[in-house]
Amino acid sequence: MSGTLQWRSVGKTYGSVVACRNVDLVLSAGEVHALVGENGAGKSTLLSLAGGEASPDTGAVSVDGDEASGPWTPTVAMANGIGLVHQHFMLIPPMSVVENVVLGREPRKGLGLDLEKAAGELTALAARVGWTVDPWAKVSSLSVGQQQRVEILKVLWRGARFLLLDEPTAVLTPSEVGPLFEVLRRLAAEGVAVAIVTHKVDEVVHVADRVTVMRHGEVVARLEAPLTAAEIARAIVGREPLPPPQVPRPQGQGGGLVVRGLRVGRALGPVDLAIAPGEVLGIAGVLGNGQTELVLALAGLAPDALGEVTLGERPLDPRGGAAAAARAGVSHIAEDRLERGVVREFSVADNYLLGHQRRLAPSGWLDFGALDAEVSAALEAYDVRPRDASAPIRSLSGGTQQKVVVARELSRPGLRLLIAAQPTRGVDVGAMERIHEAIAAAASRGAAVVLVTSDLHELRALSHRVAVMYAGRIVDTMDVSDASDLRLGAAMTGAR
Amino acid sequence: MSAIERAILALLAAMATASLLFLFWGASPVEVYGLLLARTWGDAYGFGQVLFKATPLALTGLAVSLAWRGGLLNVGGEGQLAAGSLAMGLVGAAMTGVPALVALPLALGAGMVAGGVVAAIPAVLKVRAGAHEVISTIMMNFVVVGCIGFIGRQGAYVEATVHTAPIAPSAAIPSLGIAGSAASWAVALAVCAAVALHVVLARSRVGFDVRALGAQAAAAEAGGVAVARTTAGLLLASGAMAGLVGASTVLGYKGYFEDGLGSGSGFMGIAVALLAGGRPLAVLPAALFFATLSHGALAISTLVPREIVDVVMGVVILAVGLSLAPRQGAAR
Amino acid sequence: MFGRQAIAVGVVVNLLLLAAGLGRPSAEVASDRVRVGLVFDVGGLGDKSFNDAAHIGLVRAEETLDAQISTVEPGDGSDRESALRQLAAAGNDLVIGVGFIFTDDIRRIAGEFPDVKFACVDFSVGPGDPPPPPNLLGLRFREEEGSFLVGAAAGLASKTGKVGFIGGMMIPLIQKFEAGYVDGVRAVCPTCEVSIAYAGTEPKAFADPTTGKELALAQYGRGADVIFHASGKTGAGVFVAAREKGKMAIGVDADQFHEAPCCVLTSMVKDVDVAVYDTVLAVATDKFKGGLSEFGVKEGGVRYVFDDRNAAMWPDGARERVEALSAEIAAGLRTVPTVPQ
Repeated sequence: MSGTLQWRSVGKTYGSVVACRNVDLVLSAGEVHALVGENGAGKSTLLSLAGGEASPDTGAVSVDGDEASGPWTPTVAMANGIGLVHQHFMLIPPMSVVENVVLGREPRKGLGLDLEKAAGELTALAARVGWTVDPWAKVSSLSVGQQQRVEILKVLWRGARFLLLDEPTAVLTPSEVGPLFEVLRRLAAEGVAVAIVTHKVDEVVHVADRVTVMRHGEVVARLEAPLTAAEIARAIVGREPLPPPQVPRPQGQGGGLVVRGLRVGRALGPVDLAIAPGEVLGIAGVLGNGQTELVLALAGLAPDALGEVTLGERPLDPRGGAAAAARAGVSHIAEDRLERGVVREFSVADNYLLGHQRRLAPSGWLDFGALDAEVSAALEAYDVRPRDASAPIRSLSGGTQQKVVVARELSRPGLRLLIAAQPTRGVDVGAMERIHEAIAAAASRGAAVVLVTSDLHELRALSHRVAVMYAGRIVDTMDVSDASDLRLGAAMTGAR
Repeated sequence: MSAIERAILALLAAMATASLLFLFWGASPVEVYGLLLARTWGDAYGFGQVLFKATPLALTGLAVSLAWRGGLLNVGGEGQLAAGSLAMGLVGAAMTGVPALVALPLALGAGMVAGGVVAAIPAVLKVRAGAHEVISTIMMNFVVVGCIGFIGRQGAYVEATVHTAPIAPSAAIPSLGIAGSAASWAVALAVCAAVALHVVLARSRVGFDVRALGAQAAAAEAGGVAVARTTAGLLLASGAMAGLVGASTVLGYKGYFEDGLGSGSGFMGIAVALLAGGRPLAVLPAALFFATLSHGALAISTLVPREIVDVVMGVVILAVGLSLAPRQGAAR
Repeated sequence: MFGRQAIAVGVVVNLLLLAAGLGRPSAEVASDRVRVGLVFDVGGLGDKSFNDAAHIGLVRAEETLDAQISTVEPGDGSDRESALRQLAAAGNDLVIGVGFIFTDDIRRIAGEFPDVKFACVDFSVGPGDPPPPPNLLGLRFREEEGSFLVGAAAGLASKTGKVGFIGGMMIPLIQKFEAGYVDGVRAVCPTCEVSIAYAGTEPKAFADPTTGKELALAQYGRGADVIFHASGKTGAGVFVAAREKGKMAIGVDADQFHEAPCCVLTSMVKDVDVAVYDTVLAVATDKFKGGLSEFGVKEGGVRYVFDDRNAAMWPDGARERVEALSAEIAAGLRTVPTVPQ
């Protein structure tokens, strides 16, 4: 079979974790094939096996029907036309685009490099795909979306016929997703086989010809276009998806969060806003319009913030550090989970302890009995699997990690303000439902909630009111019932 | 390749290099290694000397480990231990007639305070001006050595010598009495320090803050760790730990501070902490290992020149460092 | 898999290397030979002066007296005592420490090993110190006498009437050199100016050629044309400066002519090698006696160098003048101060 990449009965375990088991899958030229499933279902493992970064315990990977005779290394995989693009880019920031692309297979001219030739080829290749790139720009000067293009061009320049993308949209803004999908469709039309791993059901409906759904390392469903979102979501979680939680409208006013004239450097402000206890304010906007600074200031983590913030009529210092904010009743689900949300090297229990270390060590010595009891209860309540408090948190899937973070932040006694920044980014459908439920529960217990999200479904499902940020300011505030695509879109691009 | 395989391989490589050098010099490796072991673990005096040499290495190893666990590299151990030792010598000498119950804690406290003061300058530079602690602590080493020479000349040293007046007997730490070796009860101090540090890191809130800070500063800050205060406190504590070295050299052995006493342990402490992976309890065997090499080097220097022994030490440290280097391509 | 194979290869290589050494003759203990151990000061071996001179004496004893010798270079200061003890415990008949810094340690060890004989080069005795125990011989040199003779040579050879002195660490031992040198210059040239400089007040002032060179350049710059150094390895810098400027310098402890053949007027030789050799000889012939042993001009323990190589730098009649002064000292007709006046 020419033009196919085939996984034949492959299985792989990491330690005691079965990443995938007896998976059969064929990727054919001309198709866009989506791999979906909850976190840790084995999707990324399949890509690693094809890319030669890991070798299967059982079964084999073959290209065009021929199994490789020697070991399947990254070099061999590349020579067979496999181009793997990771979620985290493998680019060298201080080097130019063309230098990054040719790295490892530099075209020679005598003793020197023939970068000119490569740059020409790169520009032509980009034009064919429908992009413009400056081959001499430094990677460090490019946006994340542009860096992703460089990654894709790199593997195409090296002759990839099978383009494997691991969560390509996780790092993109909503406006960058559409153009990427157009390019993927165009590449498929030219005869490239494209596989993408994603969590977002809507995207799958948009771009994929075929869908393979995985759960617990096994293939549980194979779907073909025409696809519906409901059908895919059902296949992923193995049951009917839950309806979004209902957050009752807050009754009283006053006593919530009041922000006046908040500024952070040149990135934010001045911003004024007020959130009543029990109210969820959704914050929409293209990434990088001051949302990050707003979140950090409310969490007490903006040393250069100016302005006045009160919570429950008591002042809250945006420069005062997270410990003071926590004492005031602030919980913070951080935007960047792996950087600020969890300590990657710590166990589940130690990560749960983070932010509670004062409460759980009244004498200065940690009360491990109380910690264990709280952690076990949280793991149970949020259905964290495995129920192992001593497991390193990095051994858990992204969604499971986030459940631990949410459990930790919502367990704060006297919670008055919940800051939920991108709470379900990179999280699978099942975990997303649980997290939404927890945020709704916090609001119904009387906490003011700031929900910053780039997922418009989430925004509409949870918020009472929606504020749109543009260029560091809140440019529009509306009731959620008025938050139409048109109005949000206009505000997000600064059109009003 | 597993971490253990790498460590074994690294030590085999170090041993092969050493053997080659011995052969090159015309000595039999079997004889050299045999002598090294016989003169360290093979007789009571040698064993006592290994304990004696391990004590400063354990204390500086703990100092480096402590800072390292909080994400800081304290390479100022040389200056901190020198300042601490001088302070112990001076305070110890002033304790004439003071009972041991008061004199010993005062002398030890003086060493810790002096070590902490030396570390305070890099600490302030770090949290106020963002100066990297590697640069500032290493510069402090030179500053301190210069200051000690000056203080010595200004009357801290006994005339015509490079050492201070003898300490009062009540400030002395008793010898362990192992075959006339220099080992004293300061060994117990180092063991207690290691256990205490282990317990504090594992079980206290401050220890948790330090571990979180070292593992991931941004997450620690978001989790309520006061980054500046913890960083500064950590450097001070690390300096104070290094300042305790004089307990072994000044109070437990010489009975006075002498120019250069204990120098070298500050830097070797980095290798000790590296080998121990920053774990306080592992610092003790790591310190014994390097102390064995160090005292063994003296023993075998009748067979091979000092320079070859120094090269062997360097190769061992390099091999240890390589075997602990982060593994590549192991991530999923 | 690769790891296991690599370890196996590593083990085999190590075993081969260990086996390779087995055929070599090891130093066996012979009961009829006199056994001597010697401890250098930290970083001492290779100083081309004092420590090396001791080593030469020891090697000569090995060659001519069939002594079995072993030497140790300590790694740091706390190793000095340990090294002495190690050699004493290893069954040596005589253990020698090279340098005044061994004084306290060697006294203590001598008390613990009454059956072993000890010697300490430049053993220091302060006022009120008890005499050394019977198994310890303190080897002391009247450096001021030798310094006086080279000072006289400097005063006679100087054309500018300005000469210099560079000491290592400022301690009474080195000030003896200074006192004798200045007295020697004055004896032949009362109007000569003597510049005095020390490299520092810590032991490393004996191992700091950079400072040595700077100090020497400064003194040459101020018109001095002969400089006497008593500064160990620091002196290497003095010789560099002498070569650069084409001015004269005077060596110390050993004949340092080869350090700067253009420019070394003479050297104040302290025959540490002779003292060490004589001590070994005394032990070998059962004539060892503890106490203090002084080596001056009379005993031939300190001297100046005059030979074919440096004769051209000496003005006419200078040799005779210095010889006469030497005879005066040997005959006890002239005493040289030990403290700068």
